[in-house]
Amino acid sequence: MRVDEKLALDAFKVDKESHIKINHDICRTRCKIKYCLFVCPGHLYTFNEENNEVVVEFAGCLECGTCKVACIEGAIEWQYPRGEYGVQYRFG
Amino acid sequence: MEKIDAVIVGGGLSGLACAYRLADNDLQVIVLERGDFPGSKNVTGGRLYLEPIKSLIGDMLDGAPLERKVVRERWSLLGENNSLNIDFTGERLRKTGHSYTVLRATLDRWLSERLMEKGVFVIPTKKVDDLIWEDKKVAGIISGEEEIPAHVVVAADGVLSFMAEKAGLRPKMKPKNYAVGIKEVIELSEEKINDRFNVEKDEGCAHLFLGDVTKGMFGGGFLYTNKDTISLGVVIGIKALMEKAPTLEAHTLLDDFKARYEIKRLVDGGNLIEYSAHVIPEGGYNNISRLYGDGILVTGDAAGFALNMGVTVRGMEFAIASGIIAAETILMARQKADYSAQTLSAYESRLKETFVLKDMINCKDMPDFLDNDAFFTFYPKYFPYFVEKVMWFGDQPKEKIGQTLWRELKSSGMISFKRLKELYSIKNI
Repeated sequence: MRVDEKLALDAFKVDKESHIKINHDICRTRCKIKYCLFVCPGHLYTFNEENNEVVVEFAGCLECGTCKVACIEGAIEWQYPRGEYGVQYRFG
Repeated sequence: MEKIDAVIVGGGLSGLACAYRLADNDLQVIVLERGDFPGSKNVTGGRLYLEPIKSLIGDMLDGAPLERKVVRERWSLLGENNSLNIDFTGERLRKTGHSYTVLRATLDRWLSERLMEKGVFVIPTKKVDDLIWEDKKVAGIISGEEEIPAHVVVAADGVLSFMAEKAGLRPKMKPKNYAVGIKEVIELSEEKINDRFNVEKDEGCAHLFLGDVTKGMFGGGFLYTNKDTISLGVVIGIKALMEKAPTLEAHTLLDDFKARYEIKRLVDGGNLIEYSAHVIPEGGYNNISRLYGDGILVTGDAAGFALNMGVTVRGMEFAIASGIIAAETILMARQKADYSAQTLSAYESRLKETFVLKDMINCKDMPDFLDNDAFFTFYPKYFPYFVEKVMWFGDQPKEKIGQTLWRELKSSGMISFKRLKELYSIKNI
């Protein structure tokens, strides 16, 4: 099963605004490797060649915090989603 | 505004345990949980060891929805295409409720309902944004537009603890001190689980895997049997994952693990019903946060109370115990009407008298010891390999078994100064 299909099994309440903000200046200038592209268990980060920037599908965020820890340059500003929003585990 | 006795940030096991003890002593307590209900943002492997907390918890977990009593402990070393297992069971495990598999959305929710029956306010969908400061002392929390002044704030907000960070009690998170756990919950009938894992009704199995499951990176695989589900997952050190060359997408590890011969048959026909992930503290005692400040205590994962002991991983009993000890500290502080860091420092002293910090301190060298590629590549590769060599009967006459073994032990480097040094160093961990 593909990872996006796995995410589709989970219960999410999606906020209008993203709880993950990317500082593209820092991302472009300081981060060579872009760890976020492969450490995320939801595989939510992709690189948009056209705009030359990393984009994140915040709606499928499992709120694990891996990207926050792995973004050592500090380009990712990661907060918990507002109360009422985000993933709601039914088993955990 | 008048202050309540305590506000607890986070309705996980440490926050709820803390509230439980405080409510027993009629303190005014509010628990704020950002999820739809306590447990809805939590992930565990996992299993809870009950023996260490038996004397602390009183009746707190009486009737708790635990999944299965672990009576079978398994470990596997996974080579690329072979494996070697140890399977332990014993009467002592079967007779005592030593440890249980759990699911957090069930367990935490149940505990929060018990608390509400006691009159504690457990408020869901409430994310805490900031701390209130008063003369450089923590004096409550801010959630959206709302302020809740309190004599003491308990930061029970998990491994990413924004509260401990805001209070200046926790340093920046470094990749080497954390791992990520990625998990699937797979639905399978109770009877099938009993049969496939060779256990009786309500009995279960805890199985850890080392080696090819993480492609040589720090970490391992896990499988826990719940009542009618299986928790299957991998844990990978974040630093190891970042440094992996060529790069590897984290989520593919679990797919590869699940497709292995060793796992496939165990979960065959099961329905995948949830996919989850969470960061885990791996830094041990040397990476715990400062545990108290003026008007604040830090508990559970927020404090870094988790222990990878190589042969097993522990966390939830540390969370529960630290929550209860935080509550006892608050009761003492209330009697003195003094919530200063000096008074609250009793929390740390008391933790040092219990298994929480005793075990953490005892195992403080474990993270460095485990930070050794040999555990994730060399041993998982060669132990199954030796067995294969010995057990293979080909078209030529069989060499003496001892001779084969001796040659392989030598040529693999198993008998070497380096390995001997590793063996010798286990006395320190």
